[in-house]
Amino acid sequence: MALQQFAPIAALIILAVVLTFIISNISTIFGPSNNTSRKTAPYESGMQPIGVGMRRMPVKFYLIGVLFILFDIEVIFFLPWAVVFRDLGFYGLAVMGLFFFILTIGLIYEWKKGALEWE
Amino acid sequence: MIDVPSIADLNLTVTFPAVFLALFTMVVLIVDLFIPKDRKIRTAHLTLGGLVVAFVWNVLVFDSNQTALGGMYIADSFSGFINFIALTAAIITCFLSVDYLKRTGIEQGEFYSLLLFSTAGVMFMGAASDLIVVFIALEILSIPLYVMAAMRYRDAKSEESGLKYFILGAFASAFFLYGAALVYGATGTTSLPEIFASVEGIVATDSGARLYLVLGAALIFVGLGFKVAVVPFHMWTPDVYEGAPTPVTAFMSVAAKAGGFAALLRLMVIALPELTANIGDTIAIWQTTIAIVAAATMILGNFVAIVQTNVKRMLAYSSIAHAGYILMGVAAVGTIGVAEEATRAALIYMLAYTFTNLGAFAVVMALEKDDGSGTQIADFKGLSRSRPLLAVMMAFFMLSLTGVPTTAGFIGKFLLFGAALEAGLVLLTIIGVLTSVVSAYYYVRIIVNMYLEDGEGDPAEGATQYLNYATYAAFAGTLIIGLFPFLAVNLLDTMMIAGLF
Amino acid sequence: MIPPLWMFLTVAAALFSIGAFGVLARKNAVAVLMSVELMLNAVNINLVAFWRFGETAPSVIGQSFAAFVLVIAAAEAAVGLAIIIAIYRTRQSVVVDDVDMLKW
Repeated sequence: MALQQFAPIAALIILAVVLTFIISNISTIFGPSNNTSRKTAPYESGMQPIGVGMRRMPVKFYLIGVLFILFDIEVIFFLPWAVVFRDLGFYGLAVMGLFFFILTIGLIYEWKKGALEWE
Repeated sequence: MIDVPSIADLNLTVTFPAVFLALFTMVVLIVDLFIPKDRKIRTAHLTLGGLVVAFVWNVLVFDSNQTALGGMYIADSFSGFINFIALTAAIITCFLSVDYLKRTGIEQGEFYSLLLFSTAGVMFMGAASDLIVVFIALEILSIPLYVMAAMRYRDAKSEESGLKYFILGAFASAFFLYGAALVYGATGTTSLPEIFASVEGIVATDSGARLYLVLGAALIFVGLGFKVAVVPFHMWTPDVYEGAPTPVTAFMSVAAKAGGFAALLRLMVIALPELTANIGDTIAIWQTTIAIVAAATMILGNFVAIVQTNVKRMLAYSSIAHAGYILMGVAAVGTIGVAEEATRAALIYMLAYTFTNLGAFAVVMALEKDDGSGTQIADFKGLSRSRPLLAVMMAFFMLSLTGVPTTAGFIGKFLLFGAALEAGLVLLTIIGVLTSVVSAYYYVRIIVNMYLEDGEGDPAEGATQYLNYATYAAFAGTLIIGLFPFLAVNLLDTMMIAGLF
Repeated sequence: MIPPLWMFLTVAAALFSIGAFGVLARKNAVAVLMSVELMLNAVNINLVAFWRFGETAPSVIGQSFAAFVLVIAAAEAAVGLAIIIAIYRTRQSVVVDDVDMLKW
C-alpha cells in the first residue's frame, strides 16, 4: 500500500490538532478576563465545595462492588442461551438450571457470611 | 437448526471423579457455614471423604478411554494418572493442614473448599482436550491458590506472597490466552484433536497461519512455563513458596506443577507433535527451544539452591530444578516415536516427586514454629537425636530428591534420562546427570545437619498425629515406587498405552 | 466496509504490549491489575477478529471463548483486589516496590 494513501489521514490529524488548539485558546486570548475567587469555583453560584475531591471511601463499597461485578458478569452466559432458548429445549433448561444453581450457592455463601449486611 | 445434545451424550460417568469433586466442593462450602468455629476438623473429615470417593471412582474409570462433555473432556489413562497425582497430593495436603492451620491460627473452613477447587482444576487440566477447557481449568487451579497463599491474614509475608503469585499468575494467563487465540486463528478451532488434524496442512503450505501457529505455541509455552516455574519465568517461585503457609507451598509445588505439565504434555502430544520445520521432519520445531529452557532450568535451579539458608526457599529452587527435569521429558516428546515413552517417564517422575516433596514439606512443617519461624537449615541440627524416625524419613526424602538408587526419585530420573537419550538429546541428558550430582550437595547438607552437627535438636512439636499420617503416607509412597518401580510403571503401562496413543 | 484482519491484530498486539509494559513498569498494584485486564481484552479483540474472519461460519467458538475470558477476568480481578485491600490494611501502601520483604 502506497504511503500517499494515508495523506488525507495525516492532513486530518494535523488539522484536528491545530484547530483544537486554536479553539480552546481563542477565548482566553481575546475574551475579557475578570477572575474572582467566586468565578473560578467549580460550581459558580452553587454549593460551596467541602474538602478534597478524592476522599477515601469506606471499604464496604468495595466489597459490594466486587460482589456486584461477580454476579453481574455471569449474565454474559444467559444472553446466548436466551437467544436460542427455544431450540435448545429441555436440555438447555437443565444445563442452565445447573449453572443457576451454582450461582445460587455463591449467593447463599455470601449471604450467610454476612457480606450483604451494611452494618 | 441447532444440533441439541442429550444429557446421555455428555457421558458424565467417565468425568465423574472431576465433576463430582467440583460439585462436592460446593457442598463443603455450604456445610462449612454451619459448622461451629471450634469444630472445623469436621470440614477436614468431610473433605477427606469426598477426596477418597473421587479417588476410588477414578480407579474404577481409570481406563475408560472415552471422550465426554461434547468432546471437550478426554477420560483416558493420562487423565486418570493426573487425577491420581492430584488426589494423592490433595489427600496428603489435607492431613498436613489440619493441625498446622489450627496451631498457627489461620484455621478457616474455606481453606478446604479452596483446596478442593484447586484439585478439581488440576484434574480438569489433565483431561482437557480443548483450549477453552484448558484455560478454565488453569484458572480454577490458580485462583484458589492465590487466596490460599495469602491465607495468613495480617501477615505481611503471606500477603506479599499472595500478591506476587497473583500478579505473575494473571500475567502468565494473559500470555497463555494470547497464544491460544493465535492458535485458534491459525487453525479455526480450539479442539486439540482438530488442531492436530490441521497442523500438517498448515506446515505444508507455509502460509501466514504457520506464523500464527508457531507464535501461539510459543506464547502458550510461556504462559504454562510461568505456572510450572521454568527459567526464565521462575522469579516468583522462591518468594511465593517462602511466604505462603507451608501446606499451601507443599500443595502448590506438586499439584500446580502437575496441572501445568499435564496441559503442556497434552498440547504437545495431542495437538502439536507435527509442527515441524519442514514436512517429513522427525523433530518438532519447538524441541530445541524447550531443551534449552530445560537445561537452563536445571542449571539455575540447582546452583542457586546451594546458597539458600531457608529450607522452604531451598525446596523452592529445588522444585524449579525438578521442573527442568520434567521439561526434559516434554522436550523428548518432540522427537516422533518417543512421545509415548517420554510421556510415561514424565508422569512417573511427577508421581515420585509428589510423594517425595510432600514428605519433605511435612518434615519441614513438623519443625516449623507457630509463628512461621524454624525453617532454617540450621534448625535441622541434631534432629537425629531428638526425633530419630523423622530424621530417617527426611534423609530418605532428600536422597530421593537427589535421585539415589532404590528411591522413587531414581526411578523417575532413570526413565526420563532414558527417554531423552532415545530422543537424541544427549547433551541435555549429560546436563541432567551433572546437575543431579550438584543437587546432592544441598540435599545432603540437610542430612549432615541432622546427623553430624551438634545441636540440642528440635523437639518438632509440629509433628502431630495427622501430620505423622501424612509423613508416613509420603514415605510409603516414595519407598514403594523406589523398591517396586514396576508397580508404578505397570499401572501406567497397562492403563495408558491404549489411551493416549 | 470492514477493515482487514491485520488491522485488528495490530491493535490487539499493541494493547497487549501496552498491558505487558504496564504490568512490568507500573508501581501501583491497582494499575498493575488494570494492565492485566488490558492484556486480557487484547486477547478478546484477537478472538473476536479471528472468529469474524474465519471460514467456519456457523461456529461461535471465538465468541464463546471471549465470553469465558471476560468472566474469568472478572473473577481474577475480584481476588486480586481483595489481596490488594488486605495488603493495604497491613502496610498502608499499595506500591509494589514497598512489598519487598521477600528477596533472594
